[in-house]
Amino acid sequence: MTAELVRGQNHPLPQVRLEIRISVGVPVLAGATLGDENGTVRGPQLIAHPGAPTLPGVEVSGQAAAEHRLAVDLSAVPEAVHRVGVFLALPIGTTGPLRFGAVPAPRTAVHGPDGTEIARYTVSGLDTEAALIALELYRRQGAWKIRAMGQGYAGGLPALFADQGLPEAGMLAAAIHGTTNPGPTAAYDHGTHRANDAARNPYDTPAPEGAPALDTPAPAGAPTLGGPIDYSHPRRPRHTAPPSPTPAACPAADGQPAPPVAGDAVGWSMEERLYNQVWGMFEDLARAMAAYRGAVDFADTRLERELDQALADPRARLGDGNAAAREAAQTRRDQLVDQARAVLDRDLAQLTAESEVVEPALPPAYARWDSPAWHGYRVPAEPPMALRLGDLHLPESLPLRIPLLVRLPLEHGLWIDSGATAMPEGSFADSTALRQAAMETAVALAARLLAVHPAGEFAVRVIDPAGAGTRALWPLTGAGVLAAPPATGAAGVMDVLERLTRRVDLVQMAVRGGAAGSLPDDVDTARQLLIVNDFPHGFDDRAITRLRYLADEGPAVGVHLVLVADRADAAAYGPLLDPLWRSLMRLTPAPDEHFADPWVGHAWTYEPALVPVGSRIVEQVLAEVAAALIKHK
Amino acid sequence: MSVNLSKGQAISLEKNDGGTLTAVRMGLGWQAAKRRGLFGSRTKEIDLDASAVLFAEKQPVDVVFFRHLVSDDGSVRHTGDNLVGGVGQGGDDEAILVDLQRVPVHIDQIVFTVNSFTGQTFQEVENAFCRLVDESNGQELARYTLAGGGEYTAQIMAKVHRAGSGWTMTALGTAANGRTFQDLMPAILPHL
Repeated sequence: MTAELVRGQNHPLPQVRLEIRISVGVPVLAGATLGDENGTVRGPQLIAHPGAPTLPGVEVSGQAAAEHRLAVDLSAVPEAVHRVGVFLALPIGTTGPLRFGAVPAPRTAVHGPDGTEIARYTVSGLDTEAALIALELYRRQGAWKIRAMGQGYAGGLPALFADQGLPEAGMLAAAIHGTTNPGPTAAYDHGTHRANDAARNPYDTPAPEGAPALDTPAPAGAPTLGGPIDYSHPRRPRHTAPPSPTPAACPAADGQPAPPVAGDAVGWSMEERLYNQVWGMFEDLARAMAAYRGAVDFADTRLERELDQALADPRARLGDGNAAAREAAQTRRDQLVDQARAVLDRDLAQLTAESEVVEPALPPAYARWDSPAWHGYRVPAEPPMALRLGDLHLPESLPLRIPLLVRLPLEHGLWIDSGATAMPEGSFADSTALRQAAMETAVALAARLLAVHPAGEFAVRVIDPAGAGTRALWPLTGAGVLAAPPATGAAGVMDVLERLTRRVDLVQMAVRGGAAGSLPDDVDTARQLLIVNDFPHGFDDRAITRLRYLADEGPAVGVHLVLVADRADAAAYGPLLDPLWRSLMRLTPAPDEHFADPWVGHAWTYEPALVPVGSRIVEQVLAEVAAALIKHK
Repeated sequence: MSVNLSKGQAISLEKNDGGTLTAVRMGLGWQAAKRRGLFGSRTKEIDLDASAVLFAEKQPVDVVFFRHLVSDDGSVRHTGDNLVGGVGQGGDDEAILVDLQRVPVHIDQIVFTVNSFTGQTFQEVENAFCRLVDESNGQELARYTLAGGGEYTAQIMAKVHRAGSGWTMTALGTAANGRTFQDLMPAILPHL
């Protein structure tokens, strides 16, 4: 069975007497080199070529031909020979092709003495090569094997011989080329072997005639580089020829970063791009701060260690060395911190510049209440992708603040903490003011949600059992944008919860049954936001169970919860309500350090998105919403 | 300039134009284990993992590997775990990108390692290679062939470290054994 070899593959040879048939399509020289175990050819007498066609165990044809048959008897090859390389070369000084890329791919085949084909190898992928080693026969543990080489040389025979360790490879190659009758278009002439060609071996003569002139036999115009052809993939980057560096490629390198652009992030719409950009800024700030804090921590730890070492050294303790060592340690610490601060300042400057272009570009749902985006407010036709809940910052990052954007619909309920935990001193005189501020935060949030949804697609309900939030609720009640007046008293609480529970239950059934259109007429299909003030005031156990049901099941079917509560008020329930608190996202009416970012886990200070004091922007916006609601009905 | 490195060979590299490296990538590529026979899916896949450990004065500070894909400071990023290797040759199956300009100032060395998570030694892995690329121009700085390497399951590839105001890369290519980078820590420390 014939083995079809690929470059580099080897194959065992069952016989020692072989015939190697070579077919190229144009006249070429064929020969064989006899090398030692390292592949080195120990002299010109070990090359079988047209000028010396017969060596022990190897016989080649005496002239250039399109087809060759090399007779090989491996048992007759000298013991010192471990490798027999079969080479091909294009004749020079003729009008023929100068490169193997321009001729049909050389085909080689190894036949046994009885004519059976043992292996076959077509040397493909050649280009500028003028000579090549097609096959190699080699000894391996006493047996002979064949390897498909296909190693080409653009420098022709001189390069090929030089690669085999032959001195004066150029002269040798010239001599071999000189022995052949250039230009014959002789077809296969196996029968015309002339064994007596040995008499014309040019190495018998002291110096080959005309050899100096042919010292560089590679034809002019052909690449004269020697050595093996590089077979690396042409489309892969070449190490030898790196692309010329573009000066504009590294804008950050010369301290001139490209000016930031709003919406410079991925996304299908400007809204999504801005959302991704804001989150990208959030991540960059978190990571830049991690780098800074890591460096400062390290510097402090090192300072401590070095001070300990200085103290532990009794010699230094006595003399001036101690003070000097401490000073050196302190200097090292300060240097590192200064470096870290410089890097942080660079990053903050970049992010601040970005924030300055991004903030004015944000749509109302993402914008601060004092943004111009709200002044030109129009009731939107599409619900937004996300909502700004407030701002985040770290102590080192001020005055830079990152908008806290959350995806809509809200996955979790919100808890606006009216408890006096971790409040800045003196910011709120008493708990009443704090509760008032919490409720105002909730109202600002509800107004924002109402405003950024199309008319009739978002409804706000309020449970205010004791009526404590009446004043804070005025923007909503005064504008007439609530779905129903705030519910008061235990009966009112129960009524609202019953309605919403029924709605969640019905919508769930409809969604599961795939019959969303068959809901009863009195079920409001708009998304619902339920604001509960003073939780758990006015709630009995049944009401609390229903509220927990709404908190768990509501978001999936469009019922969202904002709980305004002081957790201490619910202390009587013990740990029973802990899962409820945990399921809600905690917001505070005043700046509070409680938000962890998802990458590094810094404690970020959250500030709610509040309406500036004295601004009437919410009233104006809600008036527009109310007008749109009336039209919608 | 590309350097084909054998085991234990070390070489220092700087950009030819005298500048320093600004971003480097360690790419790791290997071929999926050959499927055999009818129940070919039972053939054990090979999972190689690339990791990078960040050091500040010989103290490990952070590590980037398949369970922590981005260093806290964001300067070192892993493109994600590949459990089976690639089907083709030449492409990186896992890569770690280092933005040297963003590396925190106290980090002075980053060591790259390769582990065989599934335990096959590099003798059994086919066409496995590991290379370091100058990410700013795509130039390959160094390449190691892991396949047929020997009876070990991990290699400490190289480190980039601060030199003057810039960075220098030193190829290490030290063989080791271990499942994840944690097992390599004793082998890494002598190179710091």
